[in-house]
Amino acid sequence: MKQQLFEAQHEDTWARIEESLGKPGKADNSRILSEHYLLLCHHLAIAQERMYDAALVERLNRLVLDLYRELYRYRSETRLNLYAFVLRDFPHAIYRLRYYVLIAALLFVLPLLIAGTWTYFDDEAVYSLMDGSQVRDVERMYDPEARKLGREREADTDLFMFGFYIKNNISVAFRCFAGGMVVGIGTLLVLLFNGMFIGGIAGHLTRLDYVDTFYPFVIGHGSFELTAIVFSGAAGLRLGYAILHPGQFSRLDALRLAGRDVIPMLYGIVIMLIVAAFLEAFWSSSASLPIAVKYSVGGLLWALVLGYCFSGWRRESR
Amino acid sequence: MLDTRYRVEIPGGIKLEAQVVGPIPRFFALAIDLTIRGVLFFLLSLAMIPFAALGAAELGGGLYLILLFLMEWFYPVLFEVLWRGQTPGKRVLGISVINDDLTPVTLGPSLVRNLLRVIDFLPLMYLAGLVCMLSNRRFQRLGDLAAGTLVISVRETAKPAAIENIEPLAPSTALLRSEQTSIIDFLHRSRQLSEPRQHELAAILDGVTHEPSENGVDKLHRIGAWFLGVR
Repeated sequence: MKQQLFEAQHEDTWARIEESLGKPGKADNSRILSEHYLLLCHHLAIAQERMYDAALVERLNRLVLDLYRELYRYRSETRLNLYAFVLRDFPHAIYRLRYYVLIAALLFVLPLLIAGTWTYFDDEAVYSLMDGSQVRDVERMYDPEARKLGREREADTDLFMFGFYIKNNISVAFRCFAGGMVVGIGTLLVLLFNGMFIGGIAGHLTRLDYVDTFYPFVIGHGSFELTAIVFSGAAGLRLGYAILHPGQFSRLDALRLAGRDVIPMLYGIVIMLIVAAFLEAFWSSSASLPIAVKYSVGGLLWALVLGYCFSGWRRESR
Repeated sequence: MLDTRYRVEIPGGIKLEAQVVGPIPRFFALAIDLTIRGVLFFLLSLAMIPFAALGAAELGGGLYLILLFLMEWFYPVLFEVLWRGQTPGKRVLGISVINDDLTPVTLGPSLVRNLLRVIDFLPLMYLAGLVCMLSNRRFQRLGDLAAGTLVISVRETAKPAAIENIEPLAPSTALLRSEQTSIIDFLHRSRQLSEPRQHELAAILDGVTHEPSENGVDKLHRIGAWFLGVR
């Protein structure tokens, strides 16, 4: 069949489909969509096989591509099923990346402990970890004397701090993950630095005996926040290690697989840090609650988070 | 050879082609998006004034920081997922983000490619991203490599010139299909070519058309029309 005859036969159909693609909503009927898709695949195959000219093949190719994109637009992956994610996908991702989680946890906790011990025993040590004004700010925040004098924080301030924690903490976690792209070095630095910083402050404040103001404040949200930072580190290390040691894959394929692998981790980090910011702004900051309540709820939250992290294990071994 | 075609075999046994897009349109799309974000940022700051006036500056500040955070990290993600792979800037430029199997980009890959933007930005002005883009055939930046995504052109291709007033002419010798296609392509594209270039191309076939170049162009057009099925 000559090209012109072929075009004349099908021009109406093509024009109709082109028009329906231009107006989203019309092409949403998946049965019609798949019929169009199959028909156009057929036409494209014919046009390629008979070597009709490039312009026609290109036009049909464009139509098939548009239909294909339309057809695969609605996939279950796009609809976030929060319930299944929290109960199944996230714990499973933690299990899958367990070695990375372990290493990220060590990279975070070891500097934390070392810096903590150091600043606890050495008065000057904290000044080698951060500058003087930062130390003074932190001291003022947790000074038991100042606490009694200062009034209870208002709800407005809590909201401001909520926004502040969201922006700051999630940005740190994202940067920690992205740092994995530099063969993991960025992730490594973020983990080490944050571990040292947090440990240094904790040791210093313990030395000053600000125990009753500092620990009840941090124990609650720390469960979600510190764990999430470790997870973002694990995700970053996964990327970095894929580049460094791709195994039986090409480096590009290994990286791409790693990228797909860490996606549930990223969702999980965001959820956990929103919870952490909420706790930090509205629960941890309230000074009216007795310290015993703060500690027990904090302990409970830690048990919950750690228990949750291991919930993927049981499923796997069954 | 520079070839921006990207081919994937899709269900249906079809080899589908897409045109990947290089750094320059993507830079312009980025510039537009940055401008839009700048304007949004400015409006957001203005919106804080009533909060401060009502004595709720802290509440306003909290909302401000959350929105700022969303704009910083999720502006591209939101648009790419909800708007068929296009941010406003990409829409203006007629380009779109797509998974490397040519299915629409979904939340996960979009999140990965946009979180890794900070690495592509390094050391400044997306230098790492640019170097990465120029060192692979699909113009993928680092974020694209990890997410398995690419940026393709979704702009309508120009329709070929209508063939009118051309007297079809049967070729004097039998030609292969590929040769026929070349002649038809020449006919369709001649309007995009300058007159001298047309003659130059037609001159290559002097030995076939047996015509000086001016008439050669004409003769090729007529043969092309014949192959298209004009009678």
